[in-house]
Amino acid sequence: MKPAPFRYADPGTLDEALAVLSAEGAGAKVLAGGQSLLPLLSMRLAAPATLVDINRVPGLDSVEVTGDGVTVGALVRHNALLRDGAAARVQPLLARATANVAHPAIRNRGTTVGSIAHADPSGEMTSVLALTDGSVTVATPDGAETVGWRDLFVGPLETSLHGPAVVTSAHFSALPPRSGTAFAEVARRKGDYAVCGAGVVVTLDEDRRVAAVRASYVSVGLTPEVHDLTDAVVGKPVDGADWSAAGALARTLVDPDSDLHASADYRRLLVGVLTERTLASAAAEAAGRAA
Amino acid sequence: MTTKLFGEPVRRREDARLIVGKGRYLDDIGHNALAAAFVRSPHAHARVVDIDVEGALDVEGLVAIYTYDDLTGPMAEPLPVLIPHPQLTAPRTGYSLAYEKVHHVGEPIVMVVATDRYIAEDAAERIVVTYEELPAVVGVDAAHEARHAVHDDVPDNVSARHHQETGDVEPALAASPHTLTFTQYIERSASMPMEGRGVHAHWDADDRSLRVYTATQASTSVRAAIAAKLELSLDKVEVIAPDVGGGFGVKIMHPWPEELLVPMAAMNLGADVKWSEDRREHFISSAHERQQKQEITVGFDDDGRLTALDVVVWHDNGAYTPYGIIIPIITATQLIGPYDIPVYRVRVDSVYTNTVIVTPYRGAGRPQACYAMERTMDRIADVLGLDRAVVRERNLIQSSQFPYDAHLTFQDGRPVVYDSGDYPGLMAKLKDLVGWSGAEELRDDATARGKLLGVGMAMYVEGTGPGPYEGGHVQVLGSGKVLVATGLTSQGQGHETSFAQIVASELGVPIEDVEVTTGDTRRFPYAVGTFASRAAVMSGNAIALAARGVREKALRIAADVLEASPDDLEIEDGVVQVKGVPGTSIPLRTVAVLSNPLRYAFDEAAKQATQFTSHDDSKPPVAPGDAPGLEHRDYYSPLRSTFASGAHAAVVEIDPATWEIDVVKYAVVHDCGNVVNPMIVEGQVHGGVAQGVGGALYERMAYDSDGQLQNASFMDFLMPYASEVPDVVIDHQQTPSPLNPLGIKGAGEAGVIPGTAAIASAIEDAVGRRITSMPISPTELYDLMRNPAAERTAASAGRAENGVLA
Amino acid sequence: MTASVDTERTITVTVNGVPREATVPVRRLLSDALRHDLGLTGTHVGCEHGVCGACTVLVDGDPVRSCLMLAVQVDGRAVTTVEGLARDDKRGGQLLHPVQEAFRECHALQCGFCTPGFLMTIAAGLDKRDPAAELTEEEVDDMVGGNLCRCTGYANIKKAVHHAAATMKERQ
Repeated sequence: MKPAPFRYADPGTLDEALAVLSAEGAGAKVLAGGQSLLPLLSMRLAAPATLVDINRVPGLDSVEVTGDGVTVGALVRHNALLRDGAAARVQPLLARATANVAHPAIRNRGTTVGSIAHADPSGEMTSVLALTDGSVTVATPDGAETVGWRDLFVGPLETSLHGPAVVTSAHFSALPPRSGTAFAEVARRKGDYAVCGAGVVVTLDEDRRVAAVRASYVSVGLTPEVHDLTDAVVGKPVDGADWSAAGALARTLVDPDSDLHASADYRRLLVGVLTERTLASAAAEAAGRAA
Repeated sequence: MTTKLFGEPVRRREDARLIVGKGRYLDDIGHNALAAAFVRSPHAHARVVDIDVEGALDVEGLVAIYTYDDLTGPMAEPLPVLIPHPQLTAPRTGYSLAYEKVHHVGEPIVMVVATDRYIAEDAAERIVVTYEELPAVVGVDAAHEARHAVHDDVPDNVSARHHQETGDVEPALAASPHTLTFTQYIERSASMPMEGRGVHAHWDADDRSLRVYTATQASTSVRAAIAAKLELSLDKVEVIAPDVGGGFGVKIMHPWPEELLVPMAAMNLGADVKWSEDRREHFISSAHERQQKQEITVGFDDDGRLTALDVVVWHDNGAYTPYGIIIPIITATQLIGPYDIPVYRVRVDSVYTNTVIVTPYRGAGRPQACYAMERTMDRIADVLGLDRAVVRERNLIQSSQFPYDAHLTFQDGRPVVYDSGDYPGLMAKLKDLVGWSGAEELRDDATARGKLLGVGMAMYVEGTGPGPYEGGHVQVLGSGKVLVATGLTSQGQGHETSFAQIVASELGVPIEDVEVTTGDTRRFPYAVGTFASRAAVMSGNAIALAARGVREKALRIAADVLEASPDDLEIEDGVVQVKGVPGTSIPLRTVAVLSNPLRYAFDEAAKQATQFTSHDDSKPPVAPGDAPGLEHRDYYSPLRSTFASGAHAAVVEIDPATWEIDVVKYAVVHDCGNVVNPMIVEGQVHGGVAQGVGGALYERMAYDSDGQLQNASFMDFLMPYASEVPDVVIDHQQTPSPLNPLGIKGAGEAGVIPGTAAIASAIEDAVGRRITSMPISPTELYDLMRNPAAERTAASAGRAENGVLA
Repeated sequence: MTASVDTERTITVTVNGVPREATVPVRRLLSDALRHDLGLTGTHVGCEHGVCGACTVLVDGDPVRSCLMLAVQVDGRAVTTVEGLARDDKRGGQLLHPVQEAFRECHALQCGFCTPGFLMTIAAGLDKRDPAAELTEEEVDDMVGGNLCRCTGYANIKKAVHHAAATMKERQ
């Protein structure tokens, strides 16, 4: 289990990175945290001709927090985001989901943006990007562009990005007013990829009635999706809503697969259970924020 | 400083190097060695049509490529059947490199040697092997069905039919007031030590001698295998097990192809060659264990007392049978556990499948045996509406029945005679420890929290310390240092400490002066190996006997010097003294000097033993029958195995919404006779329990029907992290073995044995559905709970179905 | 300016406080470079896919899996391995880190193969916390939860974390 030969560059600027990516062509791959890429290399399941390591590129390691949301640079490690109090205040899902990413030693190295660019539907942050209606900023030789999450995720481990491109940041929208979130997952072992994970956002109206409910799941489906569960509980007072109805609705909306660790049916069961449980918690938070 | 250390929780001496990164494991040896990598079969069953190495030849750094055609003499013959048995009627073994056919994914076909492992893998990747695929046989049912054969000349896929009986079972069943018949399954897991296998070979071309380091549990036997296969005289081969990063059974299997091929390449190339197994190789090219299908028929009376037991087992032995039928025999003979069963018959069909070979993994057939017996007890209790503990108690062998002859033949070819034990005592302690009588209150409390709670228990008897023998050598040097050697190996059991404790206690020397070497054929060439919970029993006793020999000689020499009777002497803190006469003494190190009459002195101490110092002219310097040196070598060879025992209980909580299973309490009562070091024994129990929990809830080898192992990584083969292992509470009982001088029984495997049985019982108790297949995961439990055909236990009938799916 | 694209690099890295130089193929994993190029074999390799944690080392003070980094990525950085955990006691001996002492005292290791990885993640965790604060189970889980041990069943490893924390509290 040793990587096949490759060429390596660690450019000092974004322009250099793009120049190398352009010069090296289709066989070049960006290396950020490497916590998903390195195992693939060592198992020789991936054999890029060139690795373009962006870790020396300045300016990519900051978390910018504004009223609109949180912008996470491409070199922000999971643990940095986990500990970022300002980011958590604007969008609590970030820390809540990140806490479920693997184990601390992996989070010290792995990057939030890298896991999004990896487009693994069993990754927490792809789901959170979707749920927060997020986007990524992509640097290309033709300039920077913003790609919304719907356009980004094409399939498992596949994004719409082609050619020389570096995802420089991911933007997660702020939690709307009178809203609460929760995130929970079931994993075989703590720190494993989830068998099923759920992130939810509950928004109340000014009368503390449920106005909107959205959910996104981990390890369910080929790409992240956001499911609108509002219909199941709309208009219900936050203390009296039947969250199991939303769970039941969610179960009808998802299309999970079977694998070694869970059948599709079991995943669907978990979608219902986790939806119900996270909604109860998110609603309580929303009620608190609406007060 | 005390020298009476037997039984004390002495801190481990090996830790000093291991906690600072100074251990010396296989891959730490030989940074400049050439590296080997293998082309392994991607198919479970195939004919090898062609091997094209052309593409690899221009890889810079490639040194050599070997295929079957390069093997000569004994190397070209099949690997040995290590443990032949008359009932192993169709033994089959592979070749070091595949000859014509491959029988499991991972079987080695080509060995590549290059300047480093990266380059070796580059070259291996470029070798093109053409296969003609053949149908794969996967799982005991497919093997038994035998629509396809793993080996053409074994059309029924049966390698062995093992059969033992203690009486006429059919009439006994017919006469039984009640009978029950059921079928259950247990899946594959594996030893999975954190360090894989590995071999380093150094060939001295001038001396024509070979030094091999290998991560093994049996260095003396690997040595013999290498000598035989490479046609070397035994004295030209030395094999050393360095620090070994865990074994758990997989490293008792030998010789692995790599243990022969790497030395062969070193000889052939005249250079050091090393192979360090990577994790993927370990999954598909080492060994697994555990898969069995069990059909059990039991007869019992109204009180739950067994009248007869008839068991049929299909045991998956994988693609080959190098380790014979040891696991089937152990399952067959250990199945009866602590119970007095009037008539018992067991038949085990060991069957071939196109999967990795099956050789002992900690427990070695016993977890399956315990699962069969203990789940039988649970069923009887359920049928009769009795407490599961009560049914067990009514069947236990009583203390007055020892020695208890089970009328079976054990894995060492010797009778199963339980030497000592107190099984009712174990049960009583277990019930206290786990709070058995308070289980219903625990259940009510859990119900109030929306959880399903269940308790389960399992007991076992474990034959430990099988022969044929181990040896020990103890030598006191003129410096006072005491060198101890035994041939068997260490993989984390703390032998350097426990064997030193034994010597310190027997000889009366400070433990700081004792240095223990294991698994090095240069130091002790006669040994069997570390397996079957035998190291403390076998080498412990052999070393004790050797130490006693040294002591006797020391007292004899000291008696001469001190002009006292040896009977009046004692040794304490390394000083021989006349009992009760302080000051009349001689240091043991001086005795060591005097034990070796010298012509030449090379230091101050040695001067005392030279020929012009005082001596008795009436005797030769070395008396007839005596030998120079304060040393002794002795062996321990038991009449038969000694039988340890124990009882475990598990409390599980299950979330009836997600079907997640949480072991909230795990209780262990164990009895391994006299204990050398209770800290080390407890550590063995803790580790065993973790593997038991892993085997019950997390670990399985997931083969698809094509024989592809789908979870050959630590991502998907779910070895427990700390978060998955419950807290363990332990109670002890000591019934010394009358069979050996130290009164000890083995402790290495015990912790893992009852895990699957106890946890299955607890889950069944929690959910009220019969558990017939282990391990079980939440997704499977969910399937069981929503299956209307799933059998409900009688015990659950009166219980509210809290959260359980209709 | 264009970045150079290489197949081999000479790197300078401060390992256990000592500047070291090595010329390595760019694909060399950090774990292999430490073990075989720099001869520091205390760092062990158990899976090479980032799950077992045996290869955990500190890079600039933070625990990372050395099998999931390339050696070239630590050029100019500081790496601490298990060999660097104990300090020179200035009398020719070593002053063990409290967690090293605790592992021996609590029988937190058997075969010792996973031990260096545990020691590194626990030492980093303990060194970063306020020794006066009460150690929580959650903290312990964070320090030990990402590493596999096949021998000990973890109970004594967790005990050792508490033991070491108590020692550090005493000695603060």
